[in-house]
Amino acid sequence: MVTFLLVHMVPGDPARVIAGDRANPETIEAIRKSFGLDQPLWQQFVTYAGNLLSGDIGQSMRYKRPVTALIGQYIWPTLFLTGYVICLAVPPALALAIASARKPGGLADQIIRIVGIAGMAIPVFWLGIMMSRFFGVALGWFPVSGYGKTFFEHLHHLFLPALSTAIWMVPVLIQSLRAALIEKAGADFVTAARAQGAGEREIFWRTILPNAVLPTLNLFGVIIAFLIGGTIIVETVYAVPGLGSLMINALLARDYHVVQGLTLMFAVTTVGVTFVVDLLSALIDPRARL
Amino acid sequence: MSIVTQPQVVAVPPRDRLNWTILVAGVIVGGWIMLAVFAPWIAPYDPNAVDILHALTAPSADHWFGTDQVGRDVLSRVIFAARIDLLMCIAGVLPPLLIGTTVGLLSGYYGSVVDTALMRLYDLTAAFPFFVLVLAIVGILGPGLLNFFIALALVGWVTYARLVRAEVMSIRDSEYIQAAQCLGYSDRVILARHVMPNAFGPVLAYAVSDSVLVMLAGASFGFLGMGAQPPTAEWGVMISDGSAFIRQAWWICMFPGLAAISLGLGLAFLGDGLGHLRRRQVSA
Repeated sequence: MVTFLLVHMVPGDPARVIAGDRANPETIEAIRKSFGLDQPLWQQFVTYAGNLLSGDIGQSMRYKRPVTALIGQYIWPTLFLTGYVICLAVPPALALAIASARKPGGLADQIIRIVGIAGMAIPVFWLGIMMSRFFGVALGWFPVSGYGKTFFEHLHHLFLPALSTAIWMVPVLIQSLRAALIEKAGADFVTAARAQGAGEREIFWRTILPNAVLPTLNLFGVIIAFLIGGTIIVETVYAVPGLGSLMINALLARDYHVVQGLTLMFAVTTVGVTFVVDLLSALIDPRARL
Repeated sequence: MSIVTQPQVVAVPPRDRLNWTILVAGVIVGGWIMLAVFAPWIAPYDPNAVDILHALTAPSADHWFGTDQVGRDVLSRVIFAARIDLLMCIAGVLPPLLIGTTVGLLSGYYGSVVDTALMRLYDLTAAFPFFVLVLAIVGILGPGLLNFFIALALVGWVTYARLVRAEVMSIRDSEYIQAAQCLGYSDRVILARHVMPNAFGPVLAYAVSDSVLVMLAGASFGFLGMGAQPPTAEWGVMISDGSAFIRQAWWICMFPGLAAISLGLGLAFLGDGLGHLRRRQVSA
């Protein structure tokens, strides 16, 4: 409902946009009727809600195709990119967070903290442009735009986009994991393990780390939300034909239903991921209640 | 040698190092503020003066940062853009801060229906990725800086309200508030003089960190054509303009980006330092 109201507060008239500047009033009226825009707002909402229940989120006015079909076409590059980013971001984040939390306040920790803050202050789109100029144009290692056709072409094409997003995401991951590790290091069960005579190495890997993974897992919903925002920008920079590019183009063209459908889909994804994470943590840790 | 040190012993860095961080960050941010305020006197050229004969010239003694595709001086534009980007930090953070603090205070102190409504609203907003929601609102209101601020205020206040609410709820039942209530002070006085000053610290630290995000979001919006509109000198807009000429003229993109990073770093370290300072006060 929020997305619906949001989209309908727009001052511009979509029918006019489709028809062009010189269309006569009759044409505009006909277009308006064909999209149901002549009905009162509440009636449009009822139709929208009804369609939503049956899985229909409307028709793109620009492409003259159902929004679901458009999303189905554009979703793959975005999914691929998201998976790629996670693969690139998680291992270094894990390693750095562990290095950092092993000796809080130590040299490694200070350096990682400073580099982390620096990483968050870099604009993703600028980093993207600079990397495409350096690795793409100057060195010619990677293509600077597009998506490719085969799996390995995807890997090759999306390397720079994924890397720019990952650089931006790693600090966020490190911070949350580091905080969780340090918090758990002071927990009673660690003292208990130590009292039982467990070695420090064993305590760290078998007691502290597994307990710290759970709070980090819970952050995944937030991280997915971040990631969606990041991919929108990165896809625009590298001209990847994904949902982010679709969203920006739809916004610029005032293609209501596409914006509406995408916003809804992003929200559902975030909620869905949070829900799955909740389920997972209940599965891993029986103490957690849903 | 133990692998895991006790966190409470070393987690707090020594005082002098912390003040040093805040000092450096303060100098960076203060420097940008000075540049922005005195831009007309500092910038060597008019930021919008077109000089086609000297288009796309590389950095030189005349133009330290080079010129762009229509011969505008990049250094002057970077300096003038600081005005817009600092404005984004203020106008993008202050309205959500004020609205959120007010709502959070009332909701945390009185509880009841307002509180429940606030929490539901928070759940609703949290369901949407921040960037997507702001983008959708701006796209719908129409591109431009003012609409960007409106969208930020609409989305951002909820986070501040939740933060203040949590603080207020932990303060609400403390003894000094009960004492004030027993002495017969009105709710308004208690909220303004006793609750508010104690709840504001974490919110302020968050606001400084938030300004980094807002500045970067503003630059991203400028880049996407949704924020400040050309020919306004704004770092994101400049990077967007320059990206078409990146092969011939790297300097158009490079310098606005470095400017954004330096201001972002200054603000981030300031927020980080303030957060640490507060946590130490609490633990002391």
